[in-house]
Amino acid sequence: MNEKLQRVFRPLIIILAIYLVLLIGPVASLDIPAIAAAAAKNPLQLVQFLIIGIANGAIMAIIALGYTLVYGIIELINFAHGDVVMVGTFTSLTILSLTGTLDTKDPVHIILGLILALVIAIVVCAILNAAVERLAYRRLRNAPRLAPLISAIGMSFIIENFGLMWAGQTWLVPSFGTTGGASQKNFPDLLVAMYTNLGLNANILAFTGIHLRLTITGLVVIILAAILMLGLRFFIQNTTLGKAMRATAQNRDAAKMLGINIDNVISATFLIGGGLAGAAGIMTGLYNNTAWWFMGFRAGLFAFTAAVLGGIGNITGAMLGGFIIGIVASFSDGVLDARWTEAWVFAILVLILMLRPSGLLGEQVGDKA
Amino acid sequence: MSKRLFVLVSLVITASMLLAACGGAGGGGKTLKIVSDLPMTGASLTQTQTIVNAEQLRLSEANNKACGGKYTLAYEVDDDATAATGAWDGATETQNATKAAADKSVIAYLGTFNSGAAKLSIPITNQANDLLMFSPANTYPGLTHTAAGITAPNEPNVYYPTGQRNYARVAATDDLQGPVDVNFLLSLNIKSLYVLNDTQAYGLGIGTSVAQAAKAAGINVIANEGYDPKASNYQALMTKISTSNNGNPPDAIFLGAVVDSNTAQIMKDKVSIMGDNTKVKFMGPDGIYTQAFIDGSGATVAEGAYASTPGVAKKDLNAMGQKFYTDYAAKYGPTNEPYAVYGYDLMNGLLAAIENVCAAGGDPSDRPTVTKAVFALKDFQGALGTWSIDQNGDISLPYFLIGQAQSGKFVGIGTFSLKK
Repeated sequence: MNEKLQRVFRPLIIILAIYLVLLIGPVASLDIPAIAAAAAKNPLQLVQFLIIGIANGAIMAIIALGYTLVYGIIELINFAHGDVVMVGTFTSLTILSLTGTLDTKDPVHIILGLILALVIAIVVCAILNAAVERLAYRRLRNAPRLAPLISAIGMSFIIENFGLMWAGQTWLVPSFGTTGGASQKNFPDLLVAMYTNLGLNANILAFTGIHLRLTITGLVVIILAAILMLGLRFFIQNTTLGKAMRATAQNRDAAKMLGINIDNVISATFLIGGGLAGAAGIMTGLYNNTAWWFMGFRAGLFAFTAAVLGGIGNITGAMLGGFIIGIVASFSDGVLDARWTEAWVFAILVLILMLRPSGLLGEQVGDKA
Repeated sequence: MSKRLFVLVSLVITASMLLAACGGAGGGGKTLKIVSDLPMTGASLTQTQTIVNAEQLRLSEANNKACGGKYTLAYEVDDDATAATGAWDGATETQNATKAAADKSVIAYLGTFNSGAAKLSIPITNQANDLLMFSPANTYPGLTHTAAGITAPNEPNVYYPTGQRNYARVAATDDLQGPVDVNFLLSLNIKSLYVLNDTQAYGLGIGTSVAQAAKAAGINVIANEGYDPKASNYQALMTKISTSNNGNPPDAIFLGAVVDSNTAQIMKDKVSIMGDNTKVKFMGPDGIYTQAFIDGSGATVAEGAYASTPGVAKKDLNAMGQKFYTDYAAKYGPTNEPYAVYGYDLMNGLLAAIENVCAAGGDPSDRPTVTKAVFALKDFQGALGTWSIDQNGDISLPYFLIGQAQSGKFVGIGTFSLKK
């Protein structure tokens, strides 16, 4: 579209968008006076919703990184990624059970158990993700776009059913109970329990004396997410492998001519993406305290949305998108009506994509990853 | 695919179809087929498996024969859930109902578990020569009768295109369950109530029923709010609820949902933000009256939560009901699921109806005859007590069992009913 036309159309689109919000708003309980009154009565609660949104967004951002990394390199939406996160949660829960961490009150045991579970979940998910690439995507790399997409959806179903079987293995994790693999499983909040046992207040904001709440688990999740995000950024920008990944993303053939082993670089990308999924898996488990075989689907959908919102293929964008969606969902749940949360999240996605079709920070297909 | 492979595969498929066809024709006399259609993939399995077991138990007591051996009873278990969604699925339900409707030997379609699924399959069975649909668990009132404020204006007639009723059920409906639950909450001295529902036919129906009854009883109902059953957590929602009663938490939260609707997550976030279930009481309907709810939440978190279900406390069951639970334990291991005895009595009623048809000289392989015979069940002596099916297809038993999570199990507190 030429410049002039665009200049005419953009305000039109904005007007249309505002009109849509005004039209749908009252239906979706966007009762502005009532909300303003509630907010004025309890302004601290808005801060609380922000805190919850940031913690949820941090987990979403880590999952979104996995989507965006893979998309950046081979332009494939890896639908199985959310389910790899689920495997991460079940791996860590199993390790915590096998090491007796679920039943202990010894803080050293709990911390060592958690670190071990984190490491093993990262390793297992990295290998799983790379195996998925080797099995289901590599042979389709030069096939029409739809083929790997469908095979990604297939892998997602396979992993989900694997999770369904896993969650039924009571001999492995006694706390799975006798109700079969399909029901939700309990993932105890070990850090909060540890803090409480030590006589400390698990709410690290309790000292402020005002009604704000962030549990130690929430804090650990946010810090861990920040470390992972910054680490990934550093890795992509400054290491040889990171540079090779960026080169592959820009132009696969040129990278090949320069002696970069494309297959290895792509495998490495899937390993890293899987590792992030493993970390997200244990973070989700610890923070939400439930595990079930279907959890990866929704987590993946929102994370993918976050990646698109920020500009798919763009790492900073994925993080930004994750936080935005986490915060929007939290405010919608808290201030509006929980029934409309999904609608609001996707309405905002549509709005932003109408104004910026390549996402908030741009799509970076070309110099992405 | 190479031509040879194609021929081989076609041969194998043809052979297996032939074998399957032969399998159905074996045995003595004419075969009457009974199809169970429940979600057998997903969290509801803990409930539905006990229903199927109980139905099979009753069939095996009759040696799979009816009318003095003149008819052989075949039993098939269909699954209306898919692994992809982990819950019942509209397309699968429609497909199962259509398959049963097309199979001439099917005389009864025992389902569904979810009221939403029944909305799809009742019209299909209705137009299949009034094929009897007999549900062990549906509790949404609109399937059989109107209930002010809960059912849609065109219900229930919209489900019966032929105008003939072919759907009956043994579970008491939500419009009765809501008031019973509210009476119970009043006995706990509840003054304010927050209702959550999973926005499905069942969850919204029971949530609305409770909200209406609570309002009528003078309880301050703060909201009847729908939640997204697939969200990763509900911390923001619970934070909002924690100050919704003029800056304080409500006295109680009622959760209208089936266990698959992320109920363990709701329970967890409720307890992590508003404390255990002694301060802010927590109650749900039959959809969460299952071990899966307690296991998923963790025994300490669920401790003290209440749930109600159509049913009769084990101690209040008659001799036949007591014997059922003993026999069940001997064959499948002990169970606490209150729906098990409903599966048993459902089959009980169906077999009695078939016997009645034979005794009257009728043909139990004729669908409308069987359907009429079930609607004609009056003062039937079953494991649940003495019951009848009315002209709408509803059971005459208004009993509900209320249980409380205690040390990792639902323990029945007692049998409750509306004082009439």
